[in-house]
Amino acid sequence: MNLHEYQAKRLFAEHGVPIPDGKVASSPAEARQIARELGGRVVVKSQVLTGGRGKAGGIGLANSPDEAEAQAARILGMDIKGFKVRRVLVDRQAPGIKQEIYLAVLIDRAARRPMIMASAAGGMDIEEVAATTPEKILTVHIEPALGVRGYQATYLASAMDLPRELWRDFHKMVASLYACFQANDASLTEINPLVITGEGKLLALDGKMSIDDNALSRQTRLAEMRDTDEEPPAEREARLSGINFIQLEGNIGCMVNGAGLAMTTMDVIKLFGGAPANFLDIGGGAKAEQVATALRLILSDPNVKAVLINIFGGITRGDEVARGIIEALAQIDTAVPLIVRLAGTNAKEGMEILAEAKMETAVTLSDAAQKAVAAAKRGAS
Amino acid sequence: MSILVDKNTRLLVQGITGREGTFHTNQMIAYGTNVVGGVTPGKGGQWFEGDDKRVPIFDTVKSAVEATGANASIIFVPARFAVDAIYEAADAGVDLIVCLTEHIPVLDMIAARAYLETRRITLVGPNCPGLLTPGQAKVGIIPGNIAMPGNVGVVSKSGTLTYEVVDALTRRGIGQTTCVGIGGDPISGVSFIDVLQLFEDDPETEQIIMIGEIGGNAEEQAAAYIARHMTKRVTAFIAGRTAPPGRRMGHAGAIVEGGSGTADGKITALRQAGVTVADHPDQIVDLIG
Repeated sequence: MNLHEYQAKRLFAEHGVPIPDGKVASSPAEARQIARELGGRVVVKSQVLTGGRGKAGGIGLANSPDEAEAQAARILGMDIKGFKVRRVLVDRQAPGIKQEIYLAVLIDRAARRPMIMASAAGGMDIEEVAATTPEKILTVHIEPALGVRGYQATYLASAMDLPRELWRDFHKMVASLYACFQANDASLTEINPLVITGEGKLLALDGKMSIDDNALSRQTRLAEMRDTDEEPPAEREARLSGINFIQLEGNIGCMVNGAGLAMTTMDVIKLFGGAPANFLDIGGGAKAEQVATALRLILSDPNVKAVLINIFGGITRGDEVARGIIEALAQIDTAVPLIVRLAGTNAKEGMEILAEAKMETAVTLSDAAQKAVAAAKRGAS
Repeated sequence: MSILVDKNTRLLVQGITGREGTFHTNQMIAYGTNVVGGVTPGKGGQWFEGDDKRVPIFDTVKSAVEATGANASIIFVPARFAVDAIYEAADAGVDLIVCLTEHIPVLDMIAARAYLETRRITLVGPNCPGLLTPGQAKVGIIPGNIAMPGNVGVVSKSGTLTYEVVDALTRRGIGQTTCVGIGGDPISGVSFIDVLQLFEDDPETEQIIMIGEIGGNAEEQAAAYIARHMTKRVTAFIAGRTAPPGRRMGHAGAIVEGGSGTADGKITALRQAGVTVADHPDQIVDLIG
C-alpha cells in the first residue's frame, strides 16, 4: 500500500526526520488559511499516489496567501496520470536550497536484506541518474540483527562528499529513516529531495512510503490511512471479499484460482490475439458466494464481451465453483458468453452442474483461451 | 531417487488441529507420507484422530522431535504465528521446514532467513504448495493424483500453475522425480538455484521444468547459474507477460518495479542460457517430449 506524501512525511517526522511545517487542504480557502499561518511563502503540492507530479504541473510556489489560494484552485481537481487531485499539501518554503540529495531505504530481494540507497544527485531526475550514471548511486545493506551502523552512514556521507559539518545530522537522518522503515513495516521509505538548505541544514522536502500489505493486519493505524478514493470501486469490493482483482483495458473477463495461473490465463488470451479485461484470483478454497461476487465484478465492466473461467482444483473444488457461477447467473441477466474450463478436484461434478446452463466448455487452457477470443470478437462486432 | 522428501521423510505437522492442518494431514497420510506427529501448543498428549492413522500431538516441536525422530516439519499455522513456528522448528533441529502460510510480513522473513543462514536447515516457502515426490511422499497440498513417478524435476513459484503442468505431464505419461513449489513471496527459503542444483545432483532426474513469474530477479540469477553449472536440460515458462507494471499480481513478490522483473527480461536471460522457454503451459509437454 502506498501512502501520500503528507502521510509519509508525518511518519518520518515521528522518527526524527526534519520536515517543513505544513498542513493538508482540500479547498483553496483552506490553503489560503494555512499559508497565512505559515507566513505566506509556501509550496502547494498535489497529493496523488503517482510520481511525476512536478512535471505534470501539480506543484506550485506561492509567496502570499492569495497566491496559495490561486495555486490550490488551479491544482485541486487536476487529473494527474488518471488520478484526480482531491487534496493539496501546503508546506512552508525551504529557506534556499544548496543541494538536492536522494536517500531511501528499501528491500533488496536478491540480497535478502534492507538496503540504503543514497546519491548526491537527488531531485526530479534520479531515475535518469540511475540509468546513465549508476556509479552515482551508493548502496549499503543492513544486517537485520545489527541495524544501521555508524560507519555505514559515514561511508555514504563521505562518498557523496557531503560537507563534514553535516555528517552528524546525516547519521541521524539515516538512522531515523531506517527506524521509520522498520517500525512501520515499510517496503520503501524515500526522501527525494533531501535538501541542504540555505542555512546549511538537512530537510526532507518530499517523502514517499510503501507499506508491506502483509503487515497491515498488525499496522492497524497505517491500514486506516488507505486512500479508498484512489481505489477503483470494483477493486475495493474485491479486496473486502478476499479476491485479488486488478482492472485492465481489454474485453475478456478472467476468473482463475491462483495468482500464477491467473497471470498465465491473461498471457494465453493475449497470445491468441485477445485482451484480458482484468486479473482475478479467487484464491484457494473459494466458496460459491466468492465465485458469485467475482463473476458479478467481472460483468460490471461494460467492456467485457466474453468471460473465461479457468479453475484448476486443488483446495478449490470444481463443484463449488460451478454452484457459484449458477448462483451469480440467477441474479444477473447477461448476454455475455461464458467459457468454462474446470480441471482437478471435483471437475467432473462441476461440469455436470454447468451442463444445464448451456455454456461453452473447454478441456485445455489453450482451447479455452481460443474460444474466449473468438467469442469476444463476435460480441464486439 | 528424488530430492528433499522421500519415503524416509518423518514428518511433523505444526498446526495439525487447525482446519487446513487437519484436512491436509489426512491427505498426506492417504498419499503414504510418514506423518509421525503433530504440534499444537496446549494440546500435547492428545491424539490426532486421522481418517487412516492416529498421530500423537505435542506441545512443542522439540518434544515432538525427541519422541518421534522427525526430520522434517510442515507449517500450517496462521501468518501471525508462522514465523515463530519457523524459528521453533529450526531450534528443534529438523533438516527440512516447509511453510505453506501466506501473508507473512517481509521484514519478518528477512530476519528469519538471516537466522536460518547460520544453520544447516532447508526452508521451502513460505506461501508455497510444498513438495511432492510421486509414489513416496507428499509434504504440502499438491494434489497427489495428478502426479506419477518418473524422471522430470519440476520447480515453480506458483501453485495451481504447477498443477496444470504436472497434470499435463502425467496425462502424456511423463513422470516426475520431485515437484517443488518454492513460493511467490519476495523473500523465501530455497531459490530456483538451490533446487536446480539438487536436481542436477540427483541421478534419477533427467531434465527439469522451471516455472517462474514476474518480479525480482530470481529467474535471471537462475539463468546465469544454468549457463555455468547445469548439464541437464531445462525447459521454462514465465507467467506475467501481460501484467501491468507497478501492480502486485496476487503473489506478494509478483510485481514489475521500475522496469525490472519483467517477463521479457527473464525470458531473454533464460534463452541466452540455453533454456527452452514455452509460450504457454500446454506447450511445455510438447517441448520436452
